Amino acid sequence: MITFILNNKLIQTESHPGTTLLDFIRYDENLTGTKIGCREGDCGACTVLEGTLDNNKVIYKSIASCLTPLGNAQGKHIVSIEGINMKELSPVQNAMVNNAGTQCGFCTPGFIMSFTAHSLSTEPSDNELTIAAISGNICRCTGYKSIEKAAEDISELLKIKDISDPIKWLVENKHIPNYFLEIKNRLEKLEGLNVEKSENDKIIAGGTDLMVQIPEEIAESDIHLFYNQKDLKGIKKDKDSIIIGSASNASEIMNSEVMQEYFPEIKSHFKLISSEPIRNMGTIAGNFVNASPIGDLSIFFLALNVNIILKESKNTRQILLKDFFINYKKIDLNKGEYIESVIIPMPYQKLLFNFEKVSKRTHLDIASVNSAIFLKMKDNIIENCSVSAGGVSAIPKYLSKTSEFLIGKTITNEVVIKANKILQEEISPISDVRGSAEYKRLLLRQLFFAHFIKLYPESISLKELLS
Amino acid sequence: MKNIDSKNHVTGKSVYVDDIPVQTGTLYGAVFGSPKAHGKIINIDFSEAESLEGVEGIFSYKDIQGRNQIGGIIEDEPLFAENEVHFIGQPVAFVVAKNEIAARKAIKRIKIDIEEFEVITDPRVAQEKGQLLTPPRTFKMGNVDDEWAKCDYIFEGKVESGGQEHLYIETQGSYAYPTDNGSIKIHSSTQGATLVQKIAARILDLPMHRIEVDVTRIGGGFGGKEDQATPYACMAALASYILQKPVKISLHRLDDMQMTGKRHPYSSDFKIGLSKDYKILAYQASLYQNGGAANDLSPAIIGRTLFHSTNAYFIPNTEVTAYSCKTNLPPNTAFRGFGAPQGMFVIESAIAKAASELNISKRTIQERNFIQENDTFQYGQIAENVNIGHCYQTAKKTYHIDKIEKDIEEFNSKNTNYKKGMAIMPICFGISFTKTPMNQARALVHIYQDGSVGISTGAVEMGQGVNTKLIQVAASVFSINTNRIKIESTNTTRVANTSPTAASSGADLNGNALRIACNSLLERLVKTAAKILSCDVSEVRIENETLVHKNKKTDILWEQLVKTAFLDRISLTENGHYATPIIHFDKTKEKGHPFAYHVYGTAIITVTLDCIRGIYEFDDVKIVHDFGNSMNTIIDNGQVEGGLVQGIGWMTMEELAFAEDGRLLSNSLSTYKVPDIYSVPKNIDITALKTKGPELALLRSKAIGEPPLMYGIGAYFALAKSISAFNSNYKLDFDAPLTPEKVLMRLYGK
Repeated sequence: MITFILNNKLIQTESHPGTTLLDFIRYDENLTGTKIGCREGDCGACTVLEGTLDNNKVIYKSIASCLTPLGNAQGKHIVSIEGINMKELSPVQNAMVNNAGTQCGFCTPGFIMSFTAHSLSTEPSDNELTIAAISGNICRCTGYKSIEKAAEDISELLKIKDISDPIKWLVENKHIPNYFLEIKNRLEKLEGLNVEKSENDKIIAGGTDLMVQIPEEIAESDIHLFYNQKDLKGIKKDKDSIIIGSASNASEIMNSEVMQEYFPEIKSHFKLISSEPIRNMGTIAGNFVNASPIGDLSIFFLALNVNIILKESKNTRQILLKDFFINYKKIDLNKGEYIESVIIPMPYQKLLFNFEKVSKRTHLDIASVNSAIFLKMKDNIIENCSVSAGGVSAIPKYLSKTSEFLIGKTITNEVVIKANKILQEEISPISDVRGSAEYKRLLLRQLFFAHFIKLYPESISLKELLS
Repeated sequence: MKNIDSKNHVTGKSVYVDDIPVQTGTLYGAVFGSPKAHGKIINIDFSEAESLEGVEGIFSYKDIQGRNQIGGIIEDEPLFAENEVHFIGQPVAFVVAKNEIAARKAIKRIKIDIEEFEVITDPRVAQEKGQLLTPPRTFKMGNVDDEWAKCDYIFEGKVESGGQEHLYIETQGSYAYPTDNGSIKIHSSTQGATLVQKIAARILDLPMHRIEVDVTRIGGGFGGKEDQATPYACMAALASYILQKPVKISLHRLDDMQMTGKRHPYSSDFKIGLSKDYKILAYQASLYQNGGAANDLSPAIIGRTLFHSTNAYFIPNTEVTAYSCKTNLPPNTAFRGFGAPQGMFVIESAIAKAASELNISKRTIQERNFIQENDTFQYGQIAENVNIGHCYQTAKKTYHIDKIEKDIEEFNSKNTNYKKGMAIMPICFGISFTKTPMNQARALVHIYQDGSVGISTGAVEMGQGVNTKLIQVAASVFSINTNRIKIESTNTTRVANTSPTAASSGADLNGNALRIACNSLLERLVKTAAKILSCDVSEVRIENETLVHKNKKTDILWEQLVKTAFLDRISLTENGHYATPIIHFDKTKEKGHPFAYHVYGTAIITVTLDCIRGIYEFDDVKIVHDFGNSMNTIIDNGQVEGGLVQGIGWMTMEELAFAEDGRLLSNSLSTYKVPDIYSVPKNIDITALKTKGPELALLRSKAIGEPPLMYGIGAYFALAKSISAFNSNYKLDFDAPLTPEKVLMRLYGK
C-alpha cells in the first residue's frame, strides 16, 4: 500500500507503485487541474509539489508528476493546483492574472505550481530564482513576457518572506491554505510506513529516464524504489574526498554547501542541466546507470575522475566512473548490484574546473555536445588533468589521451591547439537528431577552447586559437 | 479588460476535453497508424489485438457506413487507409478499450504487411515527378520578362524554410457519446465545430442535425486544430455510434507529433531586379510547397503564400508561381500565418541577397520600396489606408534605428568572441478568409428575464481572447456591466454553419454578427423604454445600466427594462448575421479585392551571438504595430508577443527532422524544441501606431492573431548579420531555421 497526503486528503492506495502520479491525480482522484502535455517531463503542464519531511520541517519542491512513479509519493505531501486554491486567488495566481500571463490556460496550472514551489522555498527570493522556478514550464501562447512580469511581481512580494518558516508566513499572507500548517504533524504519523520492498532488480529512482523510456513496463513490473532511501542520500566531505549518496538528485548536489565550496560555479553549470523539477527528481546514480552518451552528470563527474561504490547485498566494490561505461548503454554493473555512492577525490584546496554544454535550446534540452575539464596546476604547469566529452562517442567519454597530453604542459594557445588535435582523434561522433558528426566535432573543439578561454582569459584567446 | 478565463485558468478550473467528467462505461481509444510512409496494404491482422483483455472493438474503413473521406477542400483523404498508405502515422484503425493502457497495448499487437513503394519527402522531387496536389498557380503583375533588361542589378538565389510543429500543449482529442434519437454529441478540441459536424455526418451517413459538436475552449490551436482535429472526432464518433457507448480519445504527444500535419516546409527560387537607386523593378519566384500526402488546407495556404509573396513592398513587375507538391509526409496544414510567412521569407531573402551583394544595408532597399497609397497589390486590390511607411518611420524615430546600427558596429569592432546583428522586418497581412464565402458568421443572443445575457457564436476560444472581445462588444452596445454577460460554448445546435476560428478573423466576423444581434435587441428595448416613459425613441438611451431620458438619468434600471419588455411579450432573443462586404476574388484571373483591410507593422530585432559556442540571444525586439484602434490592448499585446516568439522559434530553433523513410525523428518535446522562457528576447517593446482603424474591423480594432508571427522572420536576418560580422567568408544563405548547428557551421565555414 502507498500512503501519502494529496492536498488535504490522506491517500491509502493499492494502485501499482509504478503507475504515474499524474494519472492517479487526474483519473483516480478526478483532480483535472493538473494537465497532460507530453508525459516526458519536457513541458511542465503536470507540475505538482512534493513536500518531504526533513529535519522536522516540510521541504517543498516542484516535480513532474508524469515521471513520478506513484510509489515515490510514499510518506510525502503531494499538492496539485486544487490543493493551493483558496476562496480568493493567491498572490501568485493574482500576479498571473494581472499581467495577462495566461492565454489558452492549458499550461497555466503548471506555472502556478512552479511559482508556488518557489514561494515555499527556504531561499530568499529574487527575480532570477523566480524565473528559474518556471524553467521547466513551456507556454506556447504568451511568448513569456507577461509571465516574466508576473515573476517580477511575485519575487517583489516574497522579498519580505520569513525564510526561517516560509509555510507559516505564506499561510498568514494567504499564499497557501491553512491546512499546510498541519501537514508536518500529519506527515510525521506516516513515518516508518513504506511501500512493500521488492527484491526485484528493476530499480527505479527519480524516474526521469525510465518513465520516459519504458513507462508501460514500469507500470506492470515488480519495481524496487530507491528515490526515498535516506541511507542513499546526502553529500558530505570526508578527509580528502566528497561522498555523494547515489540517490542524491541534481538539485541537492547543486545546492550542497560542500559542492558549492569546491565548485563555486556549480549553480550556473547545473542550470544548463534539464529544468528545476527534473533536477529535483533525477539522481546522480540514475544518470550514470542510464549511460546516455550525453548524460550531463556523467560528463561533469567524469572530469573529476570519481570513483563509484557498487553494492550487492553485503559485498561492495569500487571502480572508477570512467571504467563503468563499457560500450553503448553497456555498463559494468552485475545483476543485483547498484550504485551506493560516488566519491570525488578532493585532495586540493583550489582546483580549476569548467563545464560546457550546447544544445539546440540552451535550457531544458539534451546536449548536442557537452564537456568538462578539471585542472590541477603547480607553478604554471598542469600537474593533473581530466577532460570529458559527451555526444561524441557511444559512451560518456573520458578523453584519456587528451588529458594525458596536457599533464606536464604549460597552458599556451599552442598547447591547446595541439591538445585539440589529439582530442579529435579520440572521438567518433555520429550524425543524429542532435547534430551532424561534422558539427559535433567542430562544437567539441569550440567547447574545449571555451574551457581554456574561460579559465585563462588573459593568456588564451579565440583569435590565437584559430590562427 | 483582462481575459475573462484568467481566473479559471490560474486555479485549474477551466475545462478542456480530457477534463469533462466521463459517463459510466466510457471507452478509450488509440489510433493505429501506418508504420510505413508509402505502400500497399497486403494484410492486416487484428486477431491478437482483439483478444486482448479490455479491448471492445477495432474499427477500420470497413466499419464506415458513410463515406470514408475527410478531405475538406478536395476530397482526397480517407479517415482510415483502405488499400494504400501514404505517410507514417496515417490512421489505419482505431482501437477502443476499457482503459487507455489496454487500447495502447492493443495497437502494438496489430500486425500489418505493407508492400513498400518509393518514398518522397522533398517537394522538388515530387514536382519533377509530376506529383502535385493541385495545379500550379501564378500571380502576375506587369511583365517581368521585359523588365529584366531594364534592371541595373539582378540577383538569384534559393531559399529553404522548414516546417513547424504547432505544439498546442493540449493534444488532439475528443469525447463522443450517443444521445437521444440516434444522435451523437461530440466534444472536440477543434477550431472548426461545423467542419467536425459535417465530416462526422459524412462518415456516419447521418444528416448534420444528428451530430452535435460542442467546444468549450481549446488548449492552443495555432491552425493545428482547424482541419486536423476532425479525424479524431470522427473516430470517436464512429466507435461511439457503432457501440452505442461513450468513447474518448486523447492523443499521446508522440502520436500527435507523428500523425498530424504541420506548417508547410517550402523550397523556393527567386530572381530579383533592381534599378541603381535600389527600386525593385521585377521579382520572379518559384515556390515549392511540401504539402504532404493529401490536400488538407494546402490549396488555400498556397493561395495566401502568393497573396503575400511581395510582403509590404510594391513591385511593378512580378511573376510568382507556387507548386503544391505531394509527398509522403502527414498532410501539412494551417499554422498561424497560413503560408504567408513562407512567402515573405523568400522576398526578404531576395532583398537581403541583393543588399549583401551590393554591400548596402538591407533596409536601404526595404525603405525605398514600401507599398504606397493607391498602389496595386499583385492580386489587383488597390492599397488603401496604407500604414507601412508610417510604421517604419515611427519605428525609425521612436527607436533610433541609426543609433542601434552604430552601436552594433562599435560593439562588433571591440569584441571578438561576441557579435551583434540587427534586422528590420516590415509586415503587411491581408485580413479575410481568401475564400470569400467563408467570411460570414452568426451570433445568438439571449437576454434572460433577470437581465443576464447569454451569447453563442461560432468563435472558438483558444487563448486568443475572442470571448473577452465578444463580451466587450455586447457590454458596449447594451451599456451594461460585463459580469452580466456569459459566453456559451461553441455549439453547432445553437449556431450553425460556422467558419472555423481562423484567418485572424474570429473577432471581426463573430463580433460583428454579435454587434448586429445586440443592436436589434437594443432597438426593441429602447422602444419599450419609450413606451414606459411615453416619449419618442430618439429621446431615450441606456447608459451604465440606467435608462437615460433627454440626457437625464431616470430611476429605471436595465433589469427593470428587460422585465418590462418580457412582460410586454417582446422577444429577448436575437440572431445576428454578418457577411464581410466589398470582398471578392476571381480565381481564374487571380485578381480581385480579397481582403477587408491589411495589417501593417515594423519590427527591429537585435541579437548577440556567442561566436565560440554558436549560440545566441535576442536582445531586443522593438515593434511599431498597426492595431487600428485596439479594443483590448492587454489581449492584443499578448498576441503580438506570442506571435513574435513563435515566429522566432520557427526561424531559429524549431527544426523538424525527417528520416529518408518519412519517419519524423523530432517526434517529441525532447527532440523538437520550442522557445522556453530563457530563449525569448530579453526585451520586447511594442508601440501602437496611432490610427483610427478601418470600418471593417470590429470596433475599428484590427485583427491580431497572425500578423505578429511574421516579425519573427527578422530573427533570421539579424542572426545572419552577426555571423557575417565574425566570418567575412560567410556567404549569406537562406536555410531556416538557423539553429545553433547551422550557425556554428557558418561561423567557421570557409
